[in-house]
Amino acid sequence: MLFSDRKNKRSSHLLPAIIMLAPSFVILIPFFIFPLFYAFQLSLWGGKRNMGDFVGLKNYLMAFQNPLFWQSFKVTIYYAMMTVPTTLILGFIIAYLLSKITRGKVFFRILFFVPYVTSTVAVAMVWRIFYNPQAGLFNFVLDYFGFSIQRWLLEPRGILHILTGGIIAPQFGPSLALVCISLFDIWHTFGFAVVVFLAGMSTIPKEYYESAQIDGARPLHILFHIELPLLTPTWLFLITVQLIRSLQTFSSFYALSPAGGRTMGTTENLMLHIYSQFYEYGYWGYGSAVAIFLSILIMTLTFVQWQWARRYVFYQ
Amino acid sequence: MFSINNMQSKKSYYLFSIPLMYHYFFKLVIYIILFVLGLIVCFPFLWMFTTSFKTLEEATTISLWIFPSNWQWENWVRVFQFAPFGRYFFNSFLVAGIITIAVCVNSILAGYVFARLKFPGKSILFAIIMATMMVPFESVLIPNFILISRLGWYNTYMGLIAPWCANAFSILLLRQAFMTLPEDYYESAQIDGCGHFSFLLYLSVPFVKPALITVALFTFLNSYNSLLWPLIITADEAKRVVQVGLTVFSGDAGIRVNLLMTASTIVALPTIIIYLIAQRYFFQESIRVGLKG
Repeated sequence: MLFSDRKNKRSSHLLPAIIMLAPSFVILIPFFIFPLFYAFQLSLWGGKRNMGDFVGLKNYLMAFQNPLFWQSFKVTIYYAMMTVPTTLILGFIIAYLLSKITRGKVFFRILFFVPYVTSTVAVAMVWRIFYNPQAGLFNFVLDYFGFSIQRWLLEPRGILHILTGGIIAPQFGPSLALVCISLFDIWHTFGFAVVVFLAGMSTIPKEYYESAQIDGARPLHILFHIELPLLTPTWLFLITVQLIRSLQTFSSFYALSPAGGRTMGTTENLMLHIYSQFYEYGYWGYGSAVAIFLSILIMTLTFVQWQWARRYVFYQ
Repeated sequence: MFSINNMQSKKSYYLFSIPLMYHYFFKLVIYIILFVLGLIVCFPFLWMFTTSFKTLEEATTISLWIFPSNWQWENWVRVFQFAPFGRYFFNSFLVAGIITIAVCVNSILAGYVFARLKFPGKSILFAIIMATMMVPFESVLIPNFILISRLGWYNTYMGLIAPWCANAFSILLLRQAFMTLPEDYYESAQIDGCGHFSFLLYLSVPFVKPALITVALFTFLNSYNSLLWPLIITADEAKRVVQVGLTVFSGDAGIRVNLLMTASTIVALPTIIIYLIAQRYFFQESIRVGLKG
């Protein structure tokens, strides 16, 4: 009797569940799950649009032999190497300073988060004018202090080449144009790191600080022996999230790269490579192959993050 | 008790001593650093806003005094004549608004199902939804573009809206919120003759209001700020959203820096206003949801 009653209750939930889940699945299945397989199928076909022949894995091979692909891959990696550590370290320092004050803490937290919620395109327009070689703010400042002016976003030569006065070859390292985009991105996203670090710091129990103070620990001791170790989960979370975000960045590159040129390919990352191959030239198959390559990279990172989260989040 | 007394006596002992002066000195240094950083964060916004009121000559000459000598209010009118920003805004708000409503409704329903109902296959369905969280946007970009084109939704509102009407993050967030609802609520409501839908509508939704507001805010901002999808799925001015409109305008405006800044200000303003009004909801959930760049 009891058993059948329970069984009834279970099946009675099935109909409302199906009705209530239907709208979400109607969206998620055709636009998120099915496309994954479709993308792979597309990547096996060559040619433009849907007029090509079946080529198997040739598109992947073509990508790995394409200097443009490797160029954009390099740009993506350089960009991640410049933005992720800077954003995190800056974010941590600011969060650390904010955690030490009481008055104005909320105000600064709100202020530092403003760039992050603002449309990338809108603020990129401002930075584009700042970077303008003729009428921009950066050249004005350089000129004022007696440095030679730069071409900023239009400069395809490497930053190391410029800084060392021509000792290092201009092709080596990220171009000045890419550094400009990275700078913009750091300004645009460091607020996120600040907020996440502050949230992480607020979970550290007050007793730890008190007992450390009673033991006569200096602020630096507390930083290195309490705050940093207890914030490892936050660090790991932010590293992967920011890394994934930097690999996927499109808007900053699209809005800041000068129309047409893309600074001789030095500001074309993988996302822009996919966009231009797929949308501007119509190579659906090749574009899908590169997209799948990038997705595998990102899914691996997501997977690593989930593993880390499982291992470290519940440390207490 | 003993330790507290001890600390208090220590404090009064140090009142005019060197450690306390160090303390104030460091506080001062912290405030100076934060103030400078705050200026760096603010400056582009301030410059954008004030330049939007400048004449062309004033906008192209650099000076440290960023305020215009006479305020050109007509810039804000001229920009709407220069490009159909009225239309762009209508499109953006329509698209972001419908997406927000759809996401809220869908995630309330799905979140409630996963938190409350028991039925066979629940864990599999939940795993499928969670798996979509791992799908990077660029991998489904080209297939979705082709799918939307095949459906005949290229350059339509349907094409702009349909793929974004549900997402795993929002479902997860509302599921967590519904889970905190005590089980007894439903049982007592059921005794009073309350079905699933009325229970959901009158008891559960008011209970998860903070999570719902967070979902609505993030969805709205994400769709308002998105660039890549509208860029590839729309073809003409009539369906263009503001983000795409602004990138196009930046090409057309050319040297008209003041008008470009007016347009940027108008595009940035809605999100900043929404953020400042509802900022407390951002910090509760910003970590879990995350915004797209």
